[in-house]
Amino acid sequence: MIINGVTIDATFAEAFPMKATRAIITAQNEKWAMISAQAMTGFATSVIACGCEAGIERVLDPSETPDGRPGVSIMIFAMGGKGLAKQLETRAGQCVLTSPTSALFAGIDGGTRIALGKNLRYFGDGFQASKLIDGKRYWRIPVMDGEFLAEATTGQVEAVGGGNFLVLAESQPQALAACEAAIEEMRKIPNVIMPFPGGVVRSGSKVGSKYKSLGASTNDAFCPTLKGATKTDLSPEIESVMEIVIDGLTKEDIDKAMRVGIQAVCDLGAANGIKRISAGNYGGKLGPFHFHLQEIMA
Amino acid sequence: MSALTFTLKHRPDQRVDLSPLVPHLLEGLESTQIAALQLQAGKRKARVDELFTISGSDTQAIVIKNSVAKLDFIGKELQDGSIKVEGDAGAYLGFGIKSGEIIVDGNVGLYAGCEMKKGFIKINGNAGDFLGGALPGNKMGMKGGIILVKGNVGERAGDHMRRGNILIEGNAGDYCGSRMTAGTIAVMGQTGRFLGYAMRRGTLLLWNQPQLSASFNDCGAHTLAFLPILFASFRKLNSKFADTSIAFNRVQRYAGDMSEIGRGEVLVKLG
Repeated sequence: MIINGVTIDATFAEAFPMKATRAIITAQNEKWAMISAQAMTGFATSVIACGCEAGIERVLDPSETPDGRPGVSIMIFAMGGKGLAKQLETRAGQCVLTSPTSALFAGIDGGTRIALGKNLRYFGDGFQASKLIDGKRYWRIPVMDGEFLAEATTGQVEAVGGGNFLVLAESQPQALAACEAAIEEMRKIPNVIMPFPGGVVRSGSKVGSKYKSLGASTNDAFCPTLKGATKTDLSPEIESVMEIVIDGLTKEDIDKAMRVGIQAVCDLGAANGIKRISAGNYGGKLGPFHFHLQEIMA
Repeated sequence: MSALTFTLKHRPDQRVDLSPLVPHLLEGLESTQIAALQLQAGKRKARVDELFTISGSDTQAIVIKNSVAKLDFIGKELQDGSIKVEGDAGAYLGFGIKSGEIIVDGNVGLYAGCEMKKGFIKINGNAGDFLGGALPGNKMGMKGGIILVKGNVGERAGDHMRRGNILIEGNAGDYCGSRMTAGTIAVMGQTGRFLGYAMRRGTLLLWNQPQLSASFNDCGAHTLAFLPILFASFRKLNSKFADTSIAFNRVQRYAGDMSEIGRGEVLVKLG
């Protein structure tokens, strides 16, 4: 399959089941909601070493937030429910509770309930108060700038992590420009996050390593500097490869995000140095969800 | 299917216990069986059809017409469905109600919503003392749900209240929120003396500056984030509380009762 001179490989991305949650952070203005959200989703690019994958889903209009203030929706993904709950609580406590004017609300009504402000309330040292409003419990925790309001719980749901595609280009600037265009479009899709810095990862990995202690290592088949030194997957004109990783609530959400992302890359086309779209395919070792690129773009 | 309607034939001489006339106890009964039910009227028993004319058959929607203040325990432990009272109601309206709704056109007596667990009670007139309170000797009053009063309420509204909302469009008598454990009482009108007497936790939300006891301490003026959410939850009500123009989030906060644990608060609208 070729779109605008870009070859779409007959391959598939592999993804795996994860647990996910969503939270809504509001603040006096969008600037401070975003600062808090960025802190909460920081150091959360990969479960390999961060404990979770997190990202900003979108900015929310005041009409969409529970307290009518500007807000940001964030999502966190982890391999298990326990780990997810731990990450959510730690991050909420250190990054939202501490952030001026912030408030924290559930972003998922159903699912298994996990603690959001339920345990943060003890920071109130006995001065905390709860309000049960329309069946939802909120904790009011006195803090130095006034009161931190946090919903007691949010929902944890089954999700999919690790959807991806690779952008193969003739140069590094061209690969990055294409990824930036893709991310801009993908951020418009609900229920997905792209957890890596700016949504783009330049150090795609393969499963395993020659070093026993490492579970993952550089994807040498896609490293352009190793074209002559390893069993490469790159043709001579490819000088740079970048990857976009997607976590989503469902396979369909990731399908949609991949479609708009790949389309944005292909719109730049061969004229802008984009040669191929491929995907992280580990022969079925990684996970049960398969995203066939050509089917997605059909 | 029209609402099951009980029309009072004449004003009873004695107080009548209407607790058997609730949807979950009447479900599946023929009208002849309902007519034959015995009600406690003073020290004697009276058949339902001795006191009421019965029409309609939908036991999930009960209407009591020509109701007077001698009819007690209307909607006792209501589990579902609705009861509409056309006229006044006596004491213990909605006692221990678990779900469903009760709407009263007129005034109600003592202990309306006493030990209520969930559901909705709307009183278009005035309410007597101990609204949403606990029975004498009991430690827990209302535990959930909403009581909306369009008129004024008597003394000790929300006595020993544990959870839920009492919304009063008019005035509240003395000892409003006394011995509250938690929950919210909102009063648009004036409040009486000894507001929040011995309250432990909970919120008294006021539109007018009250006369506060010395055991309430001023915590200053604040903008509280939970208030817009609380007011938003009132929007579904047919009430002044649903009006977006009456909502506020800027309040003077008083903590008390300091003679108790002092975790309660009186919030008074500013500006």
